[in-house]
Amino acid sequence: MRRLFLALAAGMILALPALPVAAQQAPAPTQTTTPTAPISRPTSGLAAVLAENAAAIAKPSRQTIGPVIAAIGAAGPGAPEFLEAWADRRVGQRADGRFVLLAPAPEGYALSDPATGQALGTAPKSEITELKPNSGVRGLIASALVEFQLNDPDPAKRRAALDALARNGGPEHIAPLRAAIETEPDAAIRAAKERLEGLLTIRHGSDPARRIAAIEGFGSDLGLDLRGALNPLLATTRRAFAGAPEGNIAAELTPGRGDFDAEAAYALLVAQDMAPARLTRAALRAALEAHIVEGKVGGIPVAELDDPARRDAAYAALETAGLVPPAATDDEVAAAVVAHRYADLYAEPDAAVTDAARAALHGIETTVGAMQVADLALDALSLGSIYFLAAIGLAITFGVMRVINMAHGEFITMGAYTGYVVQTWISDYTISILVALPLAFAVTFGAGVAMERLVIRHLYKRPLETLLATFGISIALQQIFKNVFGTQARPLTSPGWLDGALMLNDVVSISYIRIAIFVLALIFLGIFLWIMTRTRLGLEVRAVTQNPSMAASMGINPDRINMLTFGLGSGIAGIAGVAIGLFAKVTSELGSDHIVQSFMTVVVGGVGNIWGTLAGATLIGSLQKGIEWLNPSNTLAAQTYMILFIIFFIQFRPRGIIALKGRAAGD
Amino acid sequence: MSLLEVSGISVTFDGFRAINNLSFSIGPAELRAIIGPNGAGKTTFMDIVTGKTRPDEGRVLWGEKSVNLLKLNEAQIARAGIGRKFQRPTVFEDQSVAENLMMALKAARSPWKVLFWRPTRAHHFRVEALAREVGLGDQLDRKSGELSHGQKQWLEIGMLLAQEPRLLLVDEPAAGMTLAEREQTTALLVELAKSHAVVVVEHDMDFVRRLDCRVTVLHEGSVLAEGSLDHVTSNRQVIEVYLGR
Amino acid sequence: MKPGFLAKNPSVLSFLLVLAIFTLAVTLMSEAYGAGLVSTSMVKTLGKTLTLCLIAIAMDLIWGYTGILSLGHFAFFGLGGYMVGMWLMYARTREIVVSSAAGALPMTPQELQDAIATQIFGVVGTSELPAVWAFAGSLPAQLALVVLVPGVLAFVFGWFAFKSRVTGVYLSILTQAMTLALSLYLFQNDSGLRGNNGLSGLQNIPGLDGVGQDALSVWFLWASALALGLGYLLAHFVVSGKFGSVIRGIRDDEARVRFLGYSVENYKLFVFTLTAIIAAIAGALYYPQAGIINPAEIAPIASIYLAVWVAIGGRGRLYGAVIGAAFVSLVSTWFTGGRAPDLPLGFYTIKWVDWWSVLLGLSFVLVTLFAPKGIAGIADWLQGLRPPRRGGAPLGPGDGSLQEKEALE
Repeated sequence: MRRLFLALAAGMILALPALPVAAQQAPAPTQTTTPTAPISRPTSGLAAVLAENAAAIAKPSRQTIGPVIAAIGAAGPGAPEFLEAWADRRVGQRADGRFVLLAPAPEGYALSDPATGQALGTAPKSEITELKPNSGVRGLIASALVEFQLNDPDPAKRRAALDALARNGGPEHIAPLRAAIETEPDAAIRAAKERLEGLLTIRHGSDPARRIAAIEGFGSDLGLDLRGALNPLLATTRRAFAGAPEGNIAAELTPGRGDFDAEAAYALLVAQDMAPARLTRAALRAALEAHIVEGKVGGIPVAELDDPARRDAAYAALETAGLVPPAATDDEVAAAVVAHRYADLYAEPDAAVTDAARAALHGIETTVGAMQVADLALDALSLGSIYFLAAIGLAITFGVMRVINMAHGEFITMGAYTGYVVQTWISDYTISILVALPLAFAVTFGAGVAMERLVIRHLYKRPLETLLATFGISIALQQIFKNVFGTQARPLTSPGWLDGALMLNDVVSISYIRIAIFVLALIFLGIFLWIMTRTRLGLEVRAVTQNPSMAASMGINPDRINMLTFGLGSGIAGIAGVAIGLFAKVTSELGSDHIVQSFMTVVVGGVGNIWGTLAGATLIGSLQKGIEWLNPSNTLAAQTYMILFIIFFIQFRPRGIIALKGRAAGD
Repeated sequence: MSLLEVSGISVTFDGFRAINNLSFSIGPAELRAIIGPNGAGKTTFMDIVTGKTRPDEGRVLWGEKSVNLLKLNEAQIARAGIGRKFQRPTVFEDQSVAENLMMALKAARSPWKVLFWRPTRAHHFRVEALAREVGLGDQLDRKSGELSHGQKQWLEIGMLLAQEPRLLLVDEPAAGMTLAEREQTTALLVELAKSHAVVVVEHDMDFVRRLDCRVTVLHEGSVLAEGSLDHVTSNRQVIEVYLGR
Repeated sequence: MKPGFLAKNPSVLSFLLVLAIFTLAVTLMSEAYGAGLVSTSMVKTLGKTLTLCLIAIAMDLIWGYTGILSLGHFAFFGLGGYMVGMWLMYARTREIVVSSAAGALPMTPQELQDAIATQIFGVVGTSELPAVWAFAGSLPAQLALVVLVPGVLAFVFGWFAFKSRVTGVYLSILTQAMTLALSLYLFQNDSGLRGNNGLSGLQNIPGLDGVGQDALSVWFLWASALALGLGYLLAHFVVSGKFGSVIRGIRDDEARVRFLGYSVENYKLFVFTLTAIIAAIAGALYYPQAGIINPAEIAPIASIYLAVWVAIGGRGRLYGAVIGAAFVSLVSTWFTGGRAPDLPLGFYTIKWVDWWSVLLGLSFVLVTLFAPKGIAGIADWLQGLRPPRRGGAPLGPGDGSLQEKEALE
């Protein structure tokens, strides 16, 4: 690894000074057929070129200026600045025929020499003839400028030019870009140039064969820029036709099929002035109200006009009397809809190009779909690890001791507030988190043990009473948090190195904080498994779970085990609280927002098995993300449907995904 | 002609084969004792017949129409005419003896009918008669939770009788009873067997001997021997199972 | 009901008597019909309390008697409120639209409906009347829905839950999840029930513009008292006969009930649906007195509070549930209304608005631990009734079975 890095660094050091040299020395191919092509070799400096072509520069014409611009472009230092200034109308000709760059000054213009940049004093406006190239010439200059920037010795400038072109490249840039590919010494920039050339060809190219080749050349590349280039080609407009549809037809439409109904068809006809507008209810009402005569409209009493049929009759009467313009009747509308044909047309006229673009986009969408699934899976995994963290403590107390702890959510909150308090003492976020994690464990462990001693111990084998008593503790704790910390959210800030996200490509990314939570969840899974299978405590816990009286007769103190188990579950809740507090708002309701999902995780996963909790968390995380993906606008609906699914799921596996079997499970 | 026909049932708990290809049948008026060491599958067998446990394979057919009991749930099986007395007395401890018996009394069982059902004079007489029969005639208004262990046993037998089942599954009826009570129980079961099918699961050999009926010996989930008590006790395998090891 | 029912059940008679006297007394002290000693808002509070007592009876039936700790009955209460609220809001808006109609022409039915929809749903950015409001114009239909919607929901949910034999805490969590799903659904703007805005202006009864709130509040008090009385009679009828025996049997030992031939699932389903309907009726009476309903009222915590009331009152006795609901909700109103005096401790002053929840939570823990019979235990103590000595064993293996201390000798 280290050697590779060294080699890379050495290569870069060697390459860096070489680049500009190579760019300058590489002889460009001689091409004089196109006016924008570079001249092979400057005859001399910029000043000489300017002097040589003074007449052409002073009075440029679109037809003849090409070679001159090319010559200036190849003239060496000062040329790009000059071209830029020329296009911006900042070049003037002095009375002596010398070209100067102009800058506004109080008493006219400040002058400078184009070739050397040397200041030439100021001059009143009357002494200067400003050059005013027309738009055609300016376009040529801009192209030359692009060409110049694309061939700039400085790689950073070349990249900047590429970026600018990517944003607003036009058809005129294709040729200079193509020309600049061959001479490009840097492989990465060359690739970028080739890519941009392809994109520009797709967008603005004039030769269909070349465009199709460019489209196919990309394969199913995932870049947003490619999709940005392809999508406009496939943009459609909906048109109605009196006869057969003309143009590059994407699809011909039949009214009444799909979401294109007769109503929409007629609206299209109206929009294209091919049929008269229908009478809206509001317009009908307004027309009738305008023609009330002695309490009647068209001979019909106003009082009867709460009936839509009578309103139509009244309007028909007005129509025959010539008082209102005729409105399309339903029959006319139907006839007009049938008499026309409808189609979606591509803006791009060439069918071969749109076909290729459609095929390419289809391929891309397939790949993007697969990537989105991967991204979704990552999202689901991170949500699942949050649920796992929130539920693992609950799974311990519920699974091992059959105690349902409604105050578990408040223990999570307690952990988050511990983290907040620690951050008010220690300002370094990294250290404060490292202190907060064990401290949160200690605080909630203590709270858990106290609760077990004072309340839960007296209610063993009475699960419903435990549920209610712990609920009482939950409301009391929640209110105490409110009284102590207030109702507004408290900040719990993650260290800087957890900001940002890991980007795998344009589609798949995951934030570091979620990775951290995932890792934390894995660590807890490991710790839990280690405690349960490798330690004396775990052995005793398993013994008490399976047969408390037998365990007691073996010299295990079930009281102590229960206390420790409960403390452990509560302590993990505290750590989960710190983790959740890093990305959620720390309020007194933090825990209760997560408690139902935690219960669901435990119930779905199956009681008394850590793998079940893991499976439950994964299932619920994927479900929630999956439903959100199907209906992204509405996270509330996602939660509703998820809970409905869980209720349904319980029908088929009442004891969860990983259920205990056998006689012991039944009783 | 048999009332209950169990053939080839097997059930496995977590790899442990509790019942292994067991077949059993009993006629409409017959007394049968099932004996066997601990873990022989006696209770599991009863669980299967009453619908508490589903076997992995095999058939359980009931009555003249050969109804498949495996398709019915516990309540439907009970309504079909199979009554069960549990090993540990299970009565409704928060309710009086009369309420317990009234609940068990044969009558419509659907919620609507029960909601509007009110006991008539005849029902009260029947409950009193049953209570007297099981020796609880003067305890009708007591909460059953206060009864002694033996009284609870008797109350449960009374509830079983109140159901008027065609087949009675009785799990260790004599446990916790005095000698006199045991004799009374024996007499009751023998009397019942004249018109009912009665299956008694028992550990106590003396009790079984007094029943004087056909005996089925279960071992490791299948029938080891069947016949009169003398016949099975002379069976070499049975002796080995009970006395060996 | 057989004649002589009341004579045979003196506790029912005395309950009805107390209720009647209470209603009469409040009426005679009200601003509309009496001395004006009780303010209209107090009458409303008392009327609401009576409906809360009614839902507490439902909760006692399902939890105290059948042993199912449902954490979802406030969802049915809220649904009942929504159903009646839809009619109240629709009819009231129609009155307003008709009376303020502009233009020379009378409105067509479609125009009228559009105008009403714009009025009601403008706040959630739509002017279409959702399909669920199809019957909102008809009072009888909407009243039928008060019973039908919660009844069907309870039936379907119960059918799934009970048939798969989910029991104990699992069932409690499942009912809680159902409640959460319902409230989350109602929180959406496109649920068709105005999202988190809920329904408002319910205290104005369409067609009764001439009647002031002072009189209306007393009418609702009467209606609530009547509903509570009938609900109490119904609940007593349900628990007094063999049906009561069966459901108490299910609470203490459902497997045993099954072996007696009763299909436990059907009984649970029956009680669950019946109590959901009672809860819905209570809700339909509560929300016109409250004036506003929104999805937050349906959140799972409300249903848990319901269990708290019943537990503090004393579960397994109908009057206990009524006392618990009345006591806790009235005391809660007193404390949270800012009327309770602050308690200065020298270093800190306890403001009850902030600390009432803490007191309630802790007293709830204490009741669960030390006085499972709740307030109703006082009645037993006065009569000299004692719990049996069972060495701490509950009365059955069921999760919802009575505790030793809850039972009577």
